[in-house]
Amino acid sequence: MSDVRPRVGVVVFPGSNDDRDALWALGALGAEAVPVWHADASLPDVGAVVLPGGFSYGDYLRAGALARFAPALAAVADFAAEGGLVLGICNGFQVLCEAGLLPGVLRPNASLTFVCRDVEVRVERDDTPFTTRCRVGQRLRIPIKHGEGCWFADEALLREVADLDQVVLRYAVENPNGSVDHVAGVVNPEGNVMGLMPHPEHAVDPLLGSGDGALILASLIDAAREAHAVTT
Amino acid sequence: MLVRPKPGILDPQGQAVESSLRQLGFAVAEARIGRVVDVRLDTDDPDDARAQIEQMCEQLLANPLIESYEIELAP
Repeated sequence: MSDVRPRVGVVVFPGSNDDRDALWALGALGAEAVPVWHADASLPDVGAVVLPGGFSYGDYLRAGALARFAPALAAVADFAAEGGLVLGICNGFQVLCEAGLLPGVLRPNASLTFVCRDVEVRVERDDTPFTTRCRVGQRLRIPIKHGEGCWFADEALLREVADLDQVVLRYAVENPNGSVDHVAGVVNPEGNVMGLMPHPEHAVDPLLGSGDGALILASLIDAAREAHAVTT
Repeated sequence: MLVRPKPGILDPQGQAVESSLRQLGFAVAEARIGRVVDVRLDTDDPDDARAQIEQMCEQLLANPLIESYEIELAP
């Protein structure tokens, strides 16, 4: 089945700016990546959806707060409710939190500065569809670039997230944004929706510094291929 | 409506302003930054207006995880 190129949709919001990198990276890793316009009320036949990085709707009000009203996001929520695979990167993570598909919220970095550099994250779970090519404890070197990446959950929510083992990635060496419990990426309780602040689509070729992001995207493509095989 | 970070929530914007105010010589113990949203509604019924604005805050203007809100009505 590995010759099947599973179709993966990348939602393009006004203000998205990593959509093309995501499309390119997914294509380079064996998917048929297709853009999905934010105003489309339905998704094409896809095995997975990626919400890319950027500044949807200018980050007005709160980052990600306005994108959740896009028609395409209602379709993504339906897709996720049926078990569809959804990966939110950076702004996509913010959107998924604001939409209530993932726990917590992304707040302005504790330093108040925009951070743009490679960071190391530790893989906390390798049993999600997004991390099957990783192993627990593995360190991934992936770039971040955000002003509002400080993941926050209050005590009660943090306990729930810990009980359900929802943290997939943690900052390993230094916490670049002040996130609670060093969280860099979380998954929903069902395990089919994940968000992360680092940009795996910017780390798929060692020539550009690191190929570690490919492990996450290729895991997603593997899972999308399986989902495709089941539905056809 | 006035939307502000809940007590205990780290407010880096407020901290930055607080330190700048201190540099200006003001004895500021703490500064926290919120947001004011003014809306005009087509209703004369204060209860109706308040109910509508509460919905706005709950659904969009405040994130209940980190922000609280206050409503003030003006005729």
